[in-house]
This record gives sequence, structure tokens and C-alpha cells, in this order.
Amino acid sequence: MAAALVNVPAKARRGAVIEIKTLMSHVMEPGYRHTAAGEVVPRDIITSFTCRFNGAEIFRADLYPAIAANPFLSFFTTASESGKFEFEWIGDNGFVATASAAITVE
Amino acid sequence: MDSMFEPLHLSRRHLLQLAGTFASALPLITVRPARATPAMLASAIRNVVGEAHVQAGKVRLDIPPLVENGNTVPMTVSVDHPMTPESFVKSIHVFNEKNPQPNVANFFLAPSAGRAQVTARIRLADTQKVVAIAKLSDGSFWSATVDVIVTLAACTEEMP
Repeated sequence: MAAALVNVPAKARRGAVIEIKTLMSHVMEPGYRHTAAGEVVPRDIITSFTCRFNGAEIFRADLYPAIAANPFLSFFTTASESGKFEFEWIGDNGFVATASAAITVE
Repeated sequence: MDSMFEPLHLSRRHLLQLAGTFASALPLITVRPARATPAMLASAIRNVVGEAHVQAGKVRLDIPPLVENGNTVPMTVSVDHPMTPESFVKSIHVFNEKNPQPNVANFFLAPSAGRAQVTARIRLADTQKVVAIAKLSDGSFWSATVDVIVTLAACTEEMP
């Protein structure tokens, strides 16, 4: 159900600054909307995103209801060595999703 | 039966109905404010920066000045500061003035980022100010503020 889309360059020169783009499918229901009957639609959002490279955290984000549905995040990192990026999204109602991407640094 | 459709009769009934609806709707309004206020924005910023002084500059906040659909607004925050282990941007915090909540997102960076720049898509419930604050490794805070005009608000529409 949870579909992640991650864009990391497969190869990079050592020391190059690369951009990482992530997209996660999620409704990000803010918890402020009402149904036609007047009931509040309960909040259901992703609250935290973490990116680790070879086990070390390189980027983290706290998300709030003000983040649009299907959260898109892009950020940068320096390619220092070959390895694996791991991405983790954590949210309301026990939502957990992960993704990973490998990079070859030469 | 015809008397039911007399204007006076109708309006009195409507008035009573209206009064009823209004009375039942009133507690809903008083439970919580529908949107963040500038005071909530200020206190949300205080929570992050504490007593530190926030200087304007260094931070660049790119948001279209006129937004048609507040449900998804592209936003890029970049900080004009080198990313070295000795001196780097520790975190970037984004706030808004008039959404139901003053916080938008907090981003935590590592010195290895190489470039202090983050892009996300956000929601804006009204024409308002958006504030980005960067915390540097030396403990100083820098900020940028942008006014955004929103024609279609997020968060307020009914569920189908």
C-alpha cells in the first residue's frame, strides 16, 4: 500500500554533492477537515522521516499537518564512499515504510 | 393551512430555527481557534530558538508569491552557509502564520550534506506569512520571511 519513490544517482564522483529526492504515497489527513455530517476526520499523517547512509543519520525531518499529501522531500549529501542509503517514514496509526538505494562512488 | 405561508409566520419560525442552529454551533467555535494566530507563530518560534536573537539574512525561502492551490505549494529553503564539520547548518525550521498549526516542518542536517538546501511541498490555509529559521552550529539563528497570497485554501474543504 505504501509506495515509496526514491531518486539517488547510481554513480557519483568522490566528494560530489548529490541531490536525493523522495516521494511517499500517503494521504496526510491533517485532522482539521470535517465530513458533510460535521464530524472531524481524524488526523493521519507521517510525523517523521529519516535518511541514513551506511547506518549513520544524514538527514531527518519532523513533519506536521502542513505538509502536502504524498510528501515529497529533497535534500543534499556529499558522496564520500560507496554504500547504501536507507529511508524510513514513520506516522500515525503505526505507519512505517522503508526504502533503500545503493550508490557507487568512484 | 394557507396561514403557514404568511411572511410573518415563516420568518418567525426561521428565526427560531436559526437561533437554535447558532446556539448549538457556538460551543464548536469556542473550543479552539480555527487557525494559528501571530501569537501562536511567535510562541512556536520561541520553542525552537529559546531566548536567542534571530537575525534576518543568510536564509533563502523560495515559494511562489501567488499560489492558486494551497493544498500543494512547492517550497525550497536554502541557507547561504558552508557545510564543514567545524561550521554547518544544524537545522532548518519552517513556520506559518495562519494554518491551524504554526509548525510546517523541522529539518535536521548533517555536516556531510554539502549544501544546506531542502525542498518540500506544503499546505497553506490562507494568504499569510511563511517563516524559515536556520540554526547554525555556532548557535546563531537566521531567518527569512515571505508573504504568500493563496486563492484556494487547504484544510478547510469538506470530505466528500
